[in-house]
Amino acid sequence: MKKQLEDVRNEYHKGNLSRRDFVKYLGVAGVAAGLAGGPFGLVSKALASDRIRFDGWGGTTSQAFRRYAFEPFTEATGIRVIDGEFGDMDSFRTRVIASFPPGGEFNLAHLSGLFDYDMYVGLGFNTALDESRIRNLDLVMTAMIEPYRRITPDALSAIPYNLGQTGIAYNTKYIPKEKAEELGAGLLWDESVQGRLGSWTEWRTNIWYAALYTGQNPNDVQDMDALWDALRRQVPMVRKYWGSGAELMSLLANEEIHATVAWSGRVAHLQDQGYPIGFLSPYGCYSWEECIFVIKGTNLDVAHQLLDFMLEPEAAIAVAEGQMYPPSLDPTKVEMTDIIKNLPAFDPTGKLEGYLFADPKYWNARQVEWSERWDRIRVS
Amino acid sequence: MKKQNWQPWALLSPSLSAILLLLVIPVLFIIVYSFWLRAPTGAVIPAFQLGNYARFFEDLFYPSILFRTIRVSLICVFLCLIMGYIPAYFFHRSTSRFRQALILLVLLPFWISFIIRTMSWINILGTTGFLNHLLLKIGIISQPLSLLYNEAAVLMGLIQFLLPFMILNIFVSLEGIDKNLLEAARSMGCNEWQAFREVTLPLSLPGVSAGCLLVFVLTAGTYLPPMILGGPGNEMIANLIFNRVIGTLDWPFGSAISVILLLLLGTIVWTYNRYLGISQIFKAFKGN
Repeated sequence: MKKQLEDVRNEYHKGNLSRRDFVKYLGVAGVAAGLAGGPFGLVSKALASDRIRFDGWGGTTSQAFRRYAFEPFTEATGIRVIDGEFGDMDSFRTRVIASFPPGGEFNLAHLSGLFDYDMYVGLGFNTALDESRIRNLDLVMTAMIEPYRRITPDALSAIPYNLGQTGIAYNTKYIPKEKAEELGAGLLWDESVQGRLGSWTEWRTNIWYAALYTGQNPNDVQDMDALWDALRRQVPMVRKYWGSGAELMSLLANEEIHATVAWSGRVAHLQDQGYPIGFLSPYGCYSWEECIFVIKGTNLDVAHQLLDFMLEPEAAIAVAEGQMYPPSLDPTKVEMTDIIKNLPAFDPTGKLEGYLFADPKYWNARQVEWSERWDRIRVS
Repeated sequence: MKKQNWQPWALLSPSLSAILLLLVIPVLFIIVYSFWLRAPTGAVIPAFQLGNYARFFEDLFYPSILFRTIRVSLICVFLCLIMGYIPAYFFHRSTSRFRQALILLVLLPFWISFIIRTMSWINILGTTGFLNHLLLKIGIISQPLSLLYNEAAVLMGLIQFLLPFMILNIFVSLEGIDKNLLEAARSMGCNEWQAFREVTLPLSLPGVSAGCLLVFVLTAGTYLPPMILGGPGNEMIANLIFNRVIGTLDWPFGSAISVILLLLLGTIVWTYNRYLGISQIFKAFKGN
């Protein structure tokens, strides 16, 4: 562009170009430079080969990724990983859609659950990964890859990365372990936690546990009236609906709440810090598998390198220990550490039999109706 | 002469461009979105229909949240007025050499992020927070009090945020009162209280009403204090907009709720301007 501007200036000095045309050219060049430095500049950054953007859950999870995966990757390849954070999946999805062009400013995202994968595919943000360039994918549990293949049979747009559970956390100072185990999901409706109960604002988790409480299969609820009624009865017992993992940890640690639905990794962190918090995985516990999703428009050469690096057993296990969620690696193929073996949701068989995941089609089809209904119950 | 016509516009063009790009165009986008539809995937479908507005009024749920927002805003205005008039009057009457420093103290909270200021109440009012710790320590209570996650905590967060707006508006209005009027009232036999009631208070009302308007409008559109300090049942209309736009990707319906809120607040501001004049608000920021 600099050379073109000099040519135009020379033409103007020679008298071959009128002042009006010269100024017009400068204006057009200015607009072009402005656009290149503005939203289009962000897109060009997203496509760059010397850096890649990763968006994750923040807090302890992001720390683990940064320390055990991104920094060693940058050291090994010279490619920078720009580490963004989000508080929840919904707000991140809104940012992806609102970016210009949609999705163009983002590369990799740590998506939660198959329903998110299905939704991103539905919105057209998926890409086609070349599995031959991610050789460590062979080490991942088949039981974790297959559900993704069912959604995109032609090519994966993500690699499964870790497992987790949304179980029930309770303060052992106030609720004995035996009582919690006896009550199961019923603990969330027990009178002893009246006014000291917490829950996530998210609709899916609350409906899931209401289904368990009313004795129904969360992936095929038959009696919705009973479910809504259970939630309606629960709301007056709730002290606070939390909105992020950090808030969950703060509420439990400060004893604002004595029981809540909770993410297994965050509870493991609290236990590690010495707080008297127990974790219960009741029958039908809400399990989820998280993936690293590659958003359409990403430089795939860089993405393949980073994904393969992240699945290296050394990196994947270190990240898993850091974020306290078991990795997607198959324990029958890769030797796990004692820390991993003791994490909630760890499956030594690698088959995930007995784990209950949310059926993406079932839940996504009901999102608008159920989330609004849930809001009405929660807010009223 | 011709040159003079375009010069003011040229000078105003940076501000006008900013207003156009950052305010007018986004609001127009919101209005257009409010007529569109949401696809099952969360994408939006261009259309022209009034379904989103009809949905807002189809039952009492959304209007009741709007009513709650207005109620909380009015309570907040009332409390800010009571708590704001006294310090504003004190600053006005003060002859202390620290007067300017005291006024500066009112602005001090703005130097700290609104989120941090709101979150700090958790450390003060929480079960293991400062207040409960103190009360337990001196033996006034035997069990921690539940001070957080209710409407009182939300109001506390709102007042902390909005009180300076009220104080400054009233203060500027008081500063504009001709002191000779007070002396005239006193010379005609009024005592201190009568002079305040008959002269100071009526003449400060434009500042009071400007402060009330500002506090009301800002309260009605805020969502952080209810989100951080509120419990179930304390959400306001801005929280619902957040839930619809972020939670369910229902941008069209979220936009329709935003437009309804905008119309409500617009009507209030228009009414205020019609009868009292909006210019009073700007005096607080210009100084006297």
